[in-house]
Amino acid sequence: MIIAEKKPIEEIIDEVKDFNRILILGCNECVTVCEAGGKKEVEVLSSALRMYFITKGDEKVIDEKTLERQCDHEYLEELRGNIDDYDAIVSLACGVGVQFAAEKYLTTPLFPGVNTVCLGANEDRGLWTERCQACGSCILARTGGICPVSRCAKRVMNGPCGGSTNGKCEISKDVDCAWQLIVDRLNALNKMGDYEKVAPIKDWSTDRAGGPRTVTREDVKI
Amino acid sequence: MSNLNTQSNLEKVLKAGHIGVTSECGPPRGSDPEEVRKKGLLIKDHVDAVNVTDNQTAMTRMSSLAACIHLKLIGIEPVLQMVTRDRNRVALQSDILGAASFDIPNMLCLSGDHQSFGDCAQGQNVHDLDSMQLVQTVRYMRDEGKFLGGDDIKRPPKIFVGAAANPFADPFEIRVPRLAKKIACGAEFIQTQCIYNLDKFKEWIKRANERGLTDKTFIMAGMTPMKSVGMAKYMKNRVPGMDVPDEIISRLAGVPKEKQAQEGIDICVEHIQELKEIKGVSGFHIMAIEWEEKVPEIVERAGLYPRPAI
Repeated sequence: MIIAEKKPIEEIIDEVKDFNRILILGCNECVTVCEAGGKKEVEVLSSALRMYFITKGDEKVIDEKTLERQCDHEYLEELRGNIDDYDAIVSLACGVGVQFAAEKYLTTPLFPGVNTVCLGANEDRGLWTERCQACGSCILARTGGICPVSRCAKRVMNGPCGGSTNGKCEISKDVDCAWQLIVDRLNALNKMGDYEKVAPIKDWSTDRAGGPRTVTREDVKI
Repeated sequence: MSNLNTQSNLEKVLKAGHIGVTSECGPPRGSDPEEVRKKGLLIKDHVDAVNVTDNQTAMTRMSSLAACIHLKLIGIEPVLQMVTRDRNRVALQSDILGAASFDIPNMLCLSGDHQSFGDCAQGQNVHDLDSMQLVQTVRYMRDEGKFLGGDDIKRPPKIFVGAAANPFADPFEIRVPRLAKKIACGAEFIQTQCIYNLDKFKEWIKRANERGLTDKTFIMAGMTPMKSVGMAKYMKNRVPGMDVPDEIISRLAGVPKEKQAQEGIDICVEHIQELKEIKGVSGFHIMAIEWEEKVPEIVERAGLYPRPAI
């Protein structure tokens, strides 16, 4: 899923302080699961903003709503009837949802309430970690199911680099060396012979480098 | 390994069966060419070629290529170090041609320290290729006379291509397979990480010998003299992938502070003398960091002087 984390409230206050009618807009998908932008976080942020502005003698209308998805026309349309009730929206969706809402409601100022961090997994209670960078050309079949693009700080295709120490990356002893994990998995699969296959130079044209990416499926088009 | 592929003196020395000696110059954090020349001249007569580091530890410095040119112009053979951290395949190929246009005959292909160690921790890194793929790229440009994109190169680069190896990084079990991969990619010489743990290094090179890898490439053992017990502790505890045994630290700690530098030189000389006798060691890469003036003493006392003229 897409992992996000809450923006510091001071940053949000700074963005919305000049507006009087504000909608805090949550999303019921990834950001709910990673506890950054679901219904619960909408409530918490709204209360905090109300409190802050009241103490400043600046009472604002701060409403709450959480859509099923913000990356979907159908659900974003639910705002259509009330959009003019607001001077600004703070969206707690990922960057995709924020942009999709902005594209739809051109004249309403819209601010992100979270920082979108990565494509990751809920590794432990309160811990979300990156697993994928959407490079557009998956190589996991060759790397024991561990991704060097997203998990190696140098995205080394033929690793590990010389900085791997005790299973950890040179950038931090809290970061696993992706290539240690790859070697461990190849060992577990009894496929260490594959380690010596040289990974070819990667085609990054399917990555960010190739410009904004699209997927077109003629078979599902209406 | 007798056919010469380039005009490299280092290639000639190694292929003639001599023990090769290289050292390194870190370019300055400024634009004064005199600093490069001064360092180069300190070691010129005691080495076969001089590595020029490429923004080592990710600290911004004068470009490696420019510093190589300064050395080349005063008759010192450079080894152009190139990391994949800062340049994509367009820039790498372009700089390879730039180096070849000055007849810089050697290159060392590296991934480079992560930028978080340097003065631009907030910068992007590139890593379009990795170090092995950079070795492949140089060999392809040289041997096939083509760009990665497939077009012909007019006057292909004649460059003797090297790679680094760290026998001490983890996991140890893949250190020799990783060397094999680098050789398969076309690494003609290997310069290793600084060696302090001789037993572990010997085990690594024994395994390389067993696989016949030392017949396919020239392994130059990396040597860095310790200036002080403080430096030894720093290397042990703070430098990624470095293996400094406690006996080195206690030996340095066992002499008065003002004699620790000399003790460090002595250890370095003793290590070279010991490793000279090991099958598979083809040379030494002496990295005396900001201590270039000590390289002549080390080379002479280790019995590696005069350098062969070929």
